[in-house]
Amino acid sequence: MAVNPDNYGLRLFVRYLVLCLIALIFIFPLVFMINSSFKPDSQLLADTSSLRAFLPVGDISLNNYFGAFRRAPVGLFVLNSVLVTGATVLLSLLICSLAAFSFAFLRWKGRDVLLSVVIATLIIPFETIAIPLLLLVSKLPWIGLDGLHWGWLNSYRVQIIPWIADGLTIFLFVQYFKALPGELIEASRVEGASWWQVYYRVVMPLSGPVLATAAILKFLIMYNQYLWPLIVVQQESYRPVMVGLGYFFQLNVAWGEVMAYLTLITVPVLTFYLLLQRAFIASIASTGVKG
Amino acid sequence: MKLTKHLAGVVIASTCLCAPALAQTKLTMWYHGAGNEVESRILNQIISDFNTSQSDWTVTIESFPEKSYNDSVAAAALAGNLPDILDVDGPVMPNWAWAGYLQPLPIDESEFADFLPGAKGVWDGKLYSVGLWEAAVALFARQSTLDELGLRTPTLDKPWSREEFMAALDAAKASGKYEFALDLGMNDQAEWYSYAFSPFLQSFGGDIVDRSTYKTAEGALNGEAAQAFGKWWQSLFTGGYAPGTSEDPADQQTGFIGGKFAFQWNGNWRAVATMEAVDDVVFLPAPDFGAGNKIGAGSWQFGVSAKSKHPEGAAEFIKFAAQDKYLAAFSDGIGLIPPTPSAAQMTKNYKEGGPLAVFFDLSKAQALVRPVTPGYVVQAKVFTKALADIANGADVADTLDAAVDEIDADIESNGGYGHR
Repeated sequence: MAVNPDNYGLRLFVRYLVLCLIALIFIFPLVFMINSSFKPDSQLLADTSSLRAFLPVGDISLNNYFGAFRRAPVGLFVLNSVLVTGATVLLSLLICSLAAFSFAFLRWKGRDVLLSVVIATLIIPFETIAIPLLLLVSKLPWIGLDGLHWGWLNSYRVQIIPWIADGLTIFLFVQYFKALPGELIEASRVEGASWWQVYYRVVMPLSGPVLATAAILKFLIMYNQYLWPLIVVQQESYRPVMVGLGYFFQLNVAWGEVMAYLTLITVPVLTFYLLLQRAFIASIASTGVKG
Repeated sequence: MKLTKHLAGVVIASTCLCAPALAQTKLTMWYHGAGNEVESRILNQIISDFNTSQSDWTVTIESFPEKSYNDSVAAAALAGNLPDILDVDGPVMPNWAWAGYLQPLPIDESEFADFLPGAKGVWDGKLYSVGLWEAAVALFARQSTLDELGLRTPTLDKPWSREEFMAALDAAKASGKYEFALDLGMNDQAEWYSYAFSPFLQSFGGDIVDRSTYKTAEGALNGEAAQAFGKWWQSLFTGGYAPGTSEDPADQQTGFIGGKFAFQWNGNWRAVATMEAVDDVVFLPAPDFGAGNKIGAGSWQFGVSAKSKHPEGAAEFIKFAAQDKYLAAFSDGIGLIPPTPSAAQMTKNYKEGGPLAVFFDLSKAQALVRPVTPGYVVQAKVFTKALADIANGADVADTLDAAVDEIDADIESNGGYGHR
């Protein structure tokens, strides 16, 4: 049956219209958040009952942003979150990929059993181990520049180290590594490459997609951390952004400042995503098996 | 040689000059008000004044967001990381004392003799905490509304009866001027329900738990009085007097001011903003449903951590902070009720003839502290769920019976929470 160009255009138009409407549903909360961050509370609350909530109309100013910075050390919280998240993501990619490399390519006794145990940890909710983990980290030693300390509470390390290795990231790497052509690994070994050289010269350059995926997932988990920092960090100087959100919920909630704060803490997430999206596409374009 | 002597002299002089500072023992303090600029400013001023007023102690503060403060303290208690001075919400205090987070204040209770009862945290016969302010709720209304609807203005001596209150709601509803007659703040299902609504239950003659033993809720929460309360409570929603649990969160801030409601059940922390927006606002006492008119009592208070090695220093600070000038500063700053009559006279809102003086009287005359038991933290949640369910149409008797079972099971599983 011949395609009628007019019908094709109409169908294309309808399809894009539906897609745009669906996209709007997802983008509306963000639009509401950003627009509301510029409105005074009285107007923000009044606008919620109309489409004005999604439009930058009325009394628009940066007052909520100034208010947010007065109410909480926003820069410090963002810096803490970026630092903790960045360090955890980098260390996680290294440690988990090494573990996965061992599970995928090395032959050692108990490997399959241990991999099963690692994967089984996926079904354990963090909340169930939060208290035992708290008790553990509160007693662990640490050697710093000023000597030996007992207890990791109120530090960056307590927010980073327990989160470096996790079953999901290891599992992602294992699955990806197993799908790589075995001939590449065998050829490298035949030509005299050590396992370490295979890891960083052969496997990792081919692992762009899984690195990007694991990094995005880990970033989101770490940047959204709430319960763990809440119970292990009592000093403001180490608090991350999600715990900082609580600064804005007083008896009289300043909703405009809440929206301004949320907008500000969304910036690093969007930036990271946009940066990694490019890396993700580049990694797909530059990797592959040459025939 | 001369240089050495000079150096030695400088070192000795420096040591002598620094001696008072070095002698100060450090006390740590946790506070729930992170993000509250005014509270933080006043509290920092008190700490600064205390630290310079004597040479024995120096207090450092760490502020936490209010919503997560209790969780942070519970976690720190587990990890053995509590500070010397703890800020504690009044109704939660017995739980913290029972759990071993707090120790009794090493201060004679007579030092706080003129404090409002709700500002003193007493558990098991011992004073554990003292508040620098008190909170109260009232029925917000416009004088013009009362006049238009032909309603008597209730007073502390002669509050509205149940019939008068319902007649007022009926009149407001019949006027057709309001979307709803009454705003209860139903969206806030945290501790607001037990703080704001359990006094209605108590005014009916019931309670969340049997206060004579604190070992059961049987009879208190599901007896005849409680059943009557439950049916009345449900009628507020089935009768269309008040919005239900899906009420717009913005209503407590804008609903009454914007004219959506004729009456609003709200706290004095909203009073200043409401006065600024509504010229003829009046704050009315709670209705009397038969067993006296009641409102909740007890706000944030200061106590000494059980782990503190320096309870005497922590007590010194609490006594210092409880001076009238600071109580008045907090009241002027955040609008809450100063806990002593002398401090009230120093404030702009609560002095005799002040626009909010009525709240001090309400607090003095009507206030009833929430159940003084470690189990309250659970009971409040159970009570909140029961009230939300009833508001949403659940069977009153079944819901209250289920709530009693849940509360009793919790009391039993905790060995009676230490009540003898």
